[in-house]
Amino acid sequence: MRFGVVVFPGTWSDCDFHYVISEVIRQPVKYVWHRDRDLTDLDCVVLPGGFSYGDYLRAGAVAGRSPVVEALPEFLSRGGLVLGSCNGFQILCEAGLLPGALMRNECLQYRCQSTQLLVDNVETPFTRALQRGQVLTMPISHGEGKYHADPETLRSLRQHNQVVFRYATAEGKVTRAANPNGSVENIAGIVNEEGTVLGLMPHPERAAESAMGGTDGLQIFHSLLGSLVEDGTFLKR
Amino acid sequence: MKVRVLVRLKPGILDVQGAAVQRALAGLGFGDVRGLRVGKLIEVEVAASDPAQARARVDEMCRRLLANTILEDYTIEAEGERLAPPGAVR
Repeated sequence: MRFGVVVFPGTWSDCDFHYVISEVIRQPVKYVWHRDRDLTDLDCVVLPGGFSYGDYLRAGAVAGRSPVVEALPEFLSRGGLVLGSCNGFQILCEAGLLPGALMRNECLQYRCQSTQLLVDNVETPFTRALQRGQVLTMPISHGEGKYHADPETLRSLRQHNQVVFRYATAEGKVTRAANPNGSVENIAGIVNEEGTVLGLMPHPERAAESAMGGTDGLQIFHSLLGSLVEDGTFLKR
Repeated sequence: MKVRVLVRLKPGILDVQGAAVQRALAGLGFGDVRGLRVGKLIEVEVAASDPAQARARVDEMCRRLLANTILEDYTIEAEGERLAPPGAVR
Protein backbone atom coordinates (compact mmCIF):
# COMPACT_ATOMS: atom_id res chain seq x y z
CA MET A 1 0.00 0.00 0.00
CA ARG A 2 1.58 3.27 -1.13
CA PHE A 3 1.43 6.12 1.36
CA GLY A 4 2.12 9.82 0.87
CA VAL A 5 2.85 11.97 3.92
CA VAL A 6 2.11 15.62 3.23
CA VAL A 7 4.55 18.23 4.48
CA PHE A 8 3.41 21.82 4.97
CA PRO A 9 5.65 24.54 6.36
CA GLY A 10 5.18 23.97 10.10
CA THR A 11 4.15 20.29 10.00
CA TRP A 12 5.72 18.36 12.87
CA SER A 13 4.41 14.77 12.76
CA ASP A 14 5.54 14.03 9.20
CA CYS A 15 8.70 12.16 10.25
CA ASP A 16 6.77 10.15 12.86
CA PHE A 17 4.23 8.99 10.27
CA HIS A 18 6.99 8.27 7.75
CA TYR A 19 8.87 6.22 10.36
CA VAL A 20 5.83 4.15 11.38
CA ILE A 21 4.85 3.45 7.78
CA SER A 22 8.35 2.57 6.56
CA GLU A 23 9.83 0.90 9.66
CA VAL A 24 6.88 -0.52 11.61
CA ILE A 25 4.30 -1.57 9.03
CA ARG A 26 6.97 -1.66 6.28
CA GLN A 27 5.06 -0.13 3.43
CA PRO A 28 6.27 2.18 0.65
CA VAL A 29 6.00 5.82 1.66
CA LYS A 30 7.14 9.19 0.38
CA TYR A 31 6.85 12.78 1.46
CA VAL A 32 4.52 15.00 -0.57
CA TRP A 33 5.28 18.73 -0.58
CA HIS A 34 2.26 20.98 -0.05
CA ARG A 35 2.65 22.52 -3.50
CA ASP A 36 2.43 19.12 -5.26
CA ARG A 37 -0.81 18.22 -6.98
CA ASP A 38 0.32 14.89 -8.38
CA LEU A 39 -0.98 12.06 -6.17
CA THR A 40 -1.31 9.47 -8.94
CA ASP A 41 1.00 6.82 -7.47
CA LEU A 42 -0.54 6.80 -3.99
CA ASP A 43 -3.25 4.77 -2.22
CA CYS A 44 -3.42 6.75 1.02
CA VAL A 45 -2.54 10.38 1.69
CA VAL A 46 -1.70 11.33 5.29
CA LEU A 47 -2.10 14.89 6.59
CA PRO A 48 0.01 14.90 9.77
CA GLY A 49 -0.15 17.09 12.84
CA GLY A 50 1.70 20.33 13.43
CA PHE A 51 1.12 24.01 12.85
CA SER A 52 0.81 24.34 9.09
CA TYR A 53 1.53 27.89 7.94
CA GLY A 54 1.88 28.77 11.62
CA ASP A 55 -1.87 28.18 12.00
CA TYR A 56 -2.21 31.80 10.88
CA LEU A 57 -5.79 33.08 10.56
CA ARG A 58 -7.21 29.80 11.96
CA ALA A 59 -5.73 26.34 12.55
CA GLY A 60 -5.58 24.63 9.15
CA ALA A 61 -7.16 27.54 7.28
CA VAL A 62 -4.32 28.33 4.87
CA ALA A 63 -3.30 24.67 4.42
CA GLY A 64 -6.95 23.86 3.65
CA ARG A 65 -6.61 25.92 0.43
CA SER A 66 -3.15 24.62 -0.59
CA PRO A 67 -2.47 22.88 -3.94
CA VAL A 68 -2.11 19.40 -2.42
CA VAL A 69 -5.42 19.71 -0.54
CA GLU A 70 -7.14 21.04 -3.66
CA ALA A 71 -5.99 17.82 -5.40
CA LEU A 72 -7.64 15.58 -2.78
CA PRO A 73 -11.21 15.47 -4.20
CA GLU A 74 -9.88 14.10 -7.48
CA PHE A 75 -7.62 11.65 -5.59
CA LEU A 76 -10.65 10.47 -3.60
CA SER A 77 -12.76 10.11 -6.74
CA ARG A 78 -10.11 7.73 -8.08
CA GLY A 79 -10.53 5.53 -4.98
CA GLY A 80 -7.84 6.98 -2.69
CA LEU A 81 -8.03 7.26 1.09
CA VAL A 82 -7.14 10.29 3.24
CA LEU A 83 -6.11 10.21 6.90
CA GLY A 84 -5.76 13.50 8.79
CA SER A 85 -4.53 13.57 12.37
CA CYS A 86 -4.51 16.61 14.66
CA ASN A 87 -3.68 19.57 12.40
CA GLY A 88 -4.59 17.22 9.52
CA PHE A 89 -8.14 16.94 10.95
CA GLN A 90 -8.32 20.74 11.24
CA ILE A 91 -7.17 21.07 7.63
CA LEU A 92 -9.78 18.56 6.37
CA CYS A 93 -12.57 20.48 8.13
CA GLU A 94 -11.29 23.82 6.83
CA ALA A 95 -11.17 22.36 3.31
CA GLY A 96 -14.76 21.16 3.60
CA LEU A 97 -13.75 17.51 3.13
CA LEU A 98 -15.17 16.77 6.59
CA PRO A 99 -18.13 18.52 8.21
CA GLY A 100 -17.84 20.77 11.26
CA ALA A 101 -14.92 22.75 12.65
CA LEU A 102 -12.29 22.59 15.39
CA MET A 103 -11.93 25.43 17.83
CA ARG A 104 -9.93 26.41 20.89
CA ASN A 105 -10.06 23.88 23.75
CA GLU A 106 -12.75 24.74 26.26
CA CYS A 107 -10.20 24.48 29.11
CA LEU A 108 -8.00 27.04 27.26
CA GLN A 109 -5.02 24.77 27.92
CA TYR A 110 -2.84 23.11 25.37
CA ARG A 111 -3.46 19.44 26.19
CA CYS A 112 -0.63 16.94 25.71
CA GLN A 113 -1.79 13.73 27.35
CA SER A 114 -2.94 10.18 26.86
CA THR A 115 -6.63 9.70 25.98
CA GLN A 116 -8.97 6.73 25.81
CA LEU A 117 -11.05 6.46 22.66
CA LEU A 118 -14.28 4.51 22.34
CA VAL A 119 -14.54 2.93 18.88
CA ASP A 120 -18.01 3.76 17.51
CA ASN A 121 -17.72 2.70 13.88
CA VAL A 122 -15.76 -0.24 12.50
CA GLU A 123 -17.26 -0.06 9.03
CA THR A 124 -14.50 2.07 7.57
CA PRO A 125 -11.18 1.17 5.91
CA PHE A 126 -9.46 2.82 8.88
CA THR A 127 -11.17 0.81 11.61
CA ARG A 128 -12.23 -2.53 10.15
CA ALA A 129 -9.63 -4.43 12.24
CA LEU A 130 -11.24 -3.03 15.42
CA GLN A 131 -14.28 -4.07 17.45
CA ARG A 132 -17.19 -1.73 18.12
CA GLY A 133 -17.06 -0.68 21.77
CA GLN A 134 -13.34 -1.33 22.01
CA VAL A 135 -11.28 1.31 23.86
CA LEU A 136 -7.98 2.49 22.37
CA THR A 137 -5.30 4.52 24.12
CA MET A 138 -3.68 7.25 22.04
CA PRO A 139 -2.07 10.58 22.89
CA ILE A 140 -3.41 13.99 21.99
CA SER A 141 -1.34 17.15 21.67
CA HIS A 142 -3.33 20.23 20.73
CA GLY A 143 -4.72 23.59 21.80
CA GLU A 144 -7.56 23.70 19.27
CA GLY A 145 -9.29 20.35 19.23
CA LYS A 146 -12.78 21.13 20.38
CA TYR A 147 -15.00 19.68 17.68
CA HIS A 148 -17.99 21.84 16.82
CA ALA A 149 -20.93 21.10 14.55
CA ASP A 150 -24.44 22.55 14.45
CA PRO A 151 -27.39 20.32 15.47
CA GLU A 152 -28.28 19.56 11.85
CA THR A 153 -24.73 18.43 11.06
CA LEU A 154 -24.67 16.30 14.21
CA ARG A 155 -27.91 14.61 13.16
CA SER A 156 -26.43 13.91 9.75
CA LEU A 157 -23.23 12.52 11.32
CA ARG A 158 -25.30 10.12 13.43
CA GLN A 159 -27.59 9.19 10.55
CA HIS A 160 -24.64 8.25 8.34
CA ASN A 161 -22.67 6.61 11.15
CA GLN A 162 -19.79 9.03 10.67
CA VAL A 163 -18.58 9.34 14.26
CA VAL A 164 -15.66 6.94 14.59
CA PHE A 165 -13.97 7.78 17.91
CA ARG A 166 -15.23 9.40 21.12
CA TYR A 167 -13.21 10.40 24.18
CA ALA A 168 -14.16 7.97 26.95
CA THR A 169 -13.03 6.46 30.21
CA ALA A 170 -10.87 3.32 30.24
CA GLU A 171 -14.13 1.38 30.71
CA GLY A 172 -15.59 2.94 27.56
CA LYS A 173 -17.98 5.37 29.27
CA VAL A 174 -18.45 8.63 27.37
CA THR A 175 -18.29 11.17 30.19
CA ARG A 176 -17.68 14.88 30.55
CA ALA A 177 -14.56 14.17 32.65
CA ALA A 178 -13.08 12.02 29.88
CA ASN A 179 -13.44 14.87 27.37
CA PRO A 180 -10.10 16.73 27.25
CA ASN A 181 -11.12 19.67 25.07
CA GLY A 182 -14.90 20.19 25.25
CA SER A 183 -15.72 18.51 21.93
CA VAL A 184 -19.44 18.20 21.27
CA GLU A 185 -20.63 14.67 22.12
CA ASN A 186 -16.99 13.83 23.03
CA ILE A 187 -16.20 13.49 19.32
CA ALA A 188 -12.52 12.71 18.69
CA GLY A 189 -12.69 11.47 15.11
CA ILE A 190 -15.10 11.33 12.17
CA VAL A 191 -15.24 10.08 8.60
CA ASN A 192 -16.93 11.56 5.53
CA GLU A 193 -20.17 9.99 4.31
CA GLU A 194 -18.28 7.63 1.98
CA GLY A 195 -15.95 6.52 4.79
CA THR A 196 -12.87 7.35 2.73
CA VAL A 197 -11.63 10.36 4.73
CA LEU A 198 -10.81 10.01 8.43
CA GLY A 199 -10.01 12.98 10.63
CA LEU A 200 -9.05 12.55 14.28
CA MET A 201 -7.37 14.76 16.87
CA PRO A 202 -5.36 11.93 18.54
CA HIS A 203 -2.03 10.76 17.17
CA PRO A 204 -2.03 7.10 16.00
CA GLU A 205 1.59 7.49 14.84
CA ARG A 206 2.65 8.19 18.43
CA ALA A 207 1.15 4.91 19.68
CA ALA A 208 2.72 2.46 17.26
CA GLU A 209 5.53 0.74 19.16
CA SER A 210 5.66 -0.55 22.74
CA ALA A 211 8.64 1.74 23.35
CA MET A 212 6.26 4.66 22.75
CA GLY A 213 4.04 3.44 25.57
CA GLY A 214 1.45 1.64 23.47
CA THR A 215 0.60 0.21 20.09
CA ASP A 216 -3.13 0.95 19.78
CA GLY A 217 -2.52 3.44 16.99
CA LEU A 218 -1.08 0.65 14.86
CA GLN A 219 -4.55 -0.85 14.56
CA ILE A 220 -5.57 1.99 12.28
CA PHE A 221 -2.65 1.18 9.99
CA HIS A 222 -3.45 -2.55 10.15
CA SER A 223 -7.07 -1.79 9.27
CA LEU A 224 -5.89 0.12 6.22
CA LEU A 225 -3.65 -2.73 5.07
CA GLY A 226 -6.47 -5.22 5.61
CA SER A 227 -8.87 -3.15 3.54
CA LEU A 228 -6.70 -3.15 0.43
CA VAL A 229 -7.87 -5.85 -1.96
CA GLU A 230 -6.03 -7.43 -4.84
CA ASP A 231 -7.19 -5.14 -7.63
CA GLY A 232 -5.85 -2.12 -5.76
CA THR A 233 -9.25 -0.89 -4.57
CA PHE A 234 -10.42 -0.71 -0.96
CA LEU A 235 -13.12 -2.44 0.99
CA LYS A 236 -15.17 0.49 2.15
CA ARG A 237 -17.31 -1.44 4.59
CA MET B 1 -9.46 50.70 -2.01
CA LYS B 2 -9.13 49.88 1.68
CA VAL B 3 -11.61 47.45 3.16
CA ARG B 4 -11.94 46.34 6.77
CA VAL B 5 -13.37 42.97 7.75
CA LEU B 6 -14.57 42.27 11.25
CA VAL B 7 -14.73 38.55 12.02
CA ARG B 8 -16.36 37.31 15.20
CA LEU B 9 -17.65 34.09 16.69
CA LYS B 10 -21.34 33.54 16.00
CA PRO B 11 -23.69 34.41 18.85
CA GLY B 12 -24.17 31.41 21.10
CA ILE B 13 -20.76 29.91 20.42
CA LEU B 14 -18.75 29.86 23.63
CA ASP B 15 -15.80 32.25 23.41
CA VAL B 16 -13.34 30.83 25.92
CA GLN B 17 -10.73 33.41 24.97
CA GLY B 18 -13.14 36.24 25.67
CA ALA B 19 -14.09 34.65 29.00
CA ALA B 20 -10.41 34.46 30.01
CA VAL B 21 -9.84 38.11 29.09
CA GLN B 22 -12.95 39.07 31.07
CA ARG B 23 -11.60 37.20 34.12
CA ALA B 24 -8.26 38.97 33.75
CA LEU B 25 -10.03 42.32 33.64
CA ALA B 26 -11.96 41.38 36.78
CA GLY B 27 -8.58 40.69 38.42
CA LEU B 28 -7.54 44.25 37.52
CA GLY B 29 -10.59 45.64 39.26
CA PHE B 30 -12.92 45.75 36.25
CA GLY B 31 -15.56 43.60 37.88
CA ASP B 32 -18.22 45.66 36.11
CA VAL B 33 -17.56 43.92 32.76
CA ARG B 34 -20.76 42.09 31.87
CA GLY B 35 -19.61 40.42 28.67
CA LEU B 36 -16.55 40.27 26.45
CA ARG B 37 -15.95 38.54 23.15
CA VAL B 38 -12.76 38.57 21.11
CA GLY B 39 -12.87 38.92 17.32
CA LYS B 40 -10.49 39.70 14.50
CA LEU B 41 -9.97 42.80 12.36
CA ILE B 42 -8.56 42.20 8.88
CA GLU B 43 -7.53 45.14 6.70
CA VAL B 44 -7.49 44.42 2.98
CA GLU B 45 -6.32 46.75 0.23
CA VAL B 46 -8.00 45.71 -3.00
CA ALA B 47 -7.74 47.08 -6.54
CA ALA B 48 -11.32 48.18 -7.18
CA SER B 49 -12.94 51.26 -8.68
CA ASP B 50 -15.86 51.61 -6.27
CA PRO B 51 -16.91 50.42 -2.79
CA ALA B 52 -19.54 48.02 -4.15
CA GLN B 53 -16.98 46.21 -6.29
CA ALA B 54 -14.46 46.12 -3.43
CA ARG B 55 -17.12 44.83 -1.06
CA ALA B 56 -18.13 42.05 -3.48
CA ARG B 57 -14.52 40.88 -3.87
CA VAL B 58 -13.86 40.91 -0.13
CA ASP B 59 -17.15 39.12 0.53
CA GLU B 60 -15.94 36.30 -1.72
CA MET B 61 -12.59 36.30 0.16
CA CYS B 62 -14.48 35.98 3.44
CA ARG B 63 -16.54 33.04 2.22
CA ARG B 64 -13.51 31.23 0.78
CA LEU B 65 -10.85 31.92 3.42
CA LEU B 66 -11.05 34.88 5.78
CA ALA B 67 -13.95 33.55 7.88
CA ASN B 68 -15.04 30.04 8.80
CA THR B 69 -18.78 30.48 8.46
CA ILE B 70 -19.44 27.36 10.56
CA LEU B 71 -18.12 29.30 13.56
CA GLU B 72 -17.90 32.93 12.55
CA ASP B 73 -19.91 35.87 11.20
CA TYR B 74 -18.24 38.73 9.40
CA THR B 75 -18.98 42.33 8.51
CA ILE B 76 -17.35 44.32 5.73
CA GLU B 77 -16.68 48.05 5.66
CA ALA B 78 -15.31 49.61 2.48
CA GLU B 79 -13.43 52.92 2.69
CA GLY B 80 -15.72 55.75 3.67
CA GLU B 81 -18.42 53.44 5.01
CA ARG B 82 -19.13 52.50 8.60
CA LEU B 83 -18.93 49.02 10.07
CA ALA B 84 -22.31 47.44 10.57
CA PRO B 85 -23.41 47.15 14.21
CA PRO B 86 -22.46 43.96 16.10
CA GLY B 87 -24.40 40.91 15.00
CA ALA B 88 -25.51 42.38 11.68
CA VAL B 89 -24.47 40.53 8.55
CA ARG B 90 -24.43 42.59 5.37
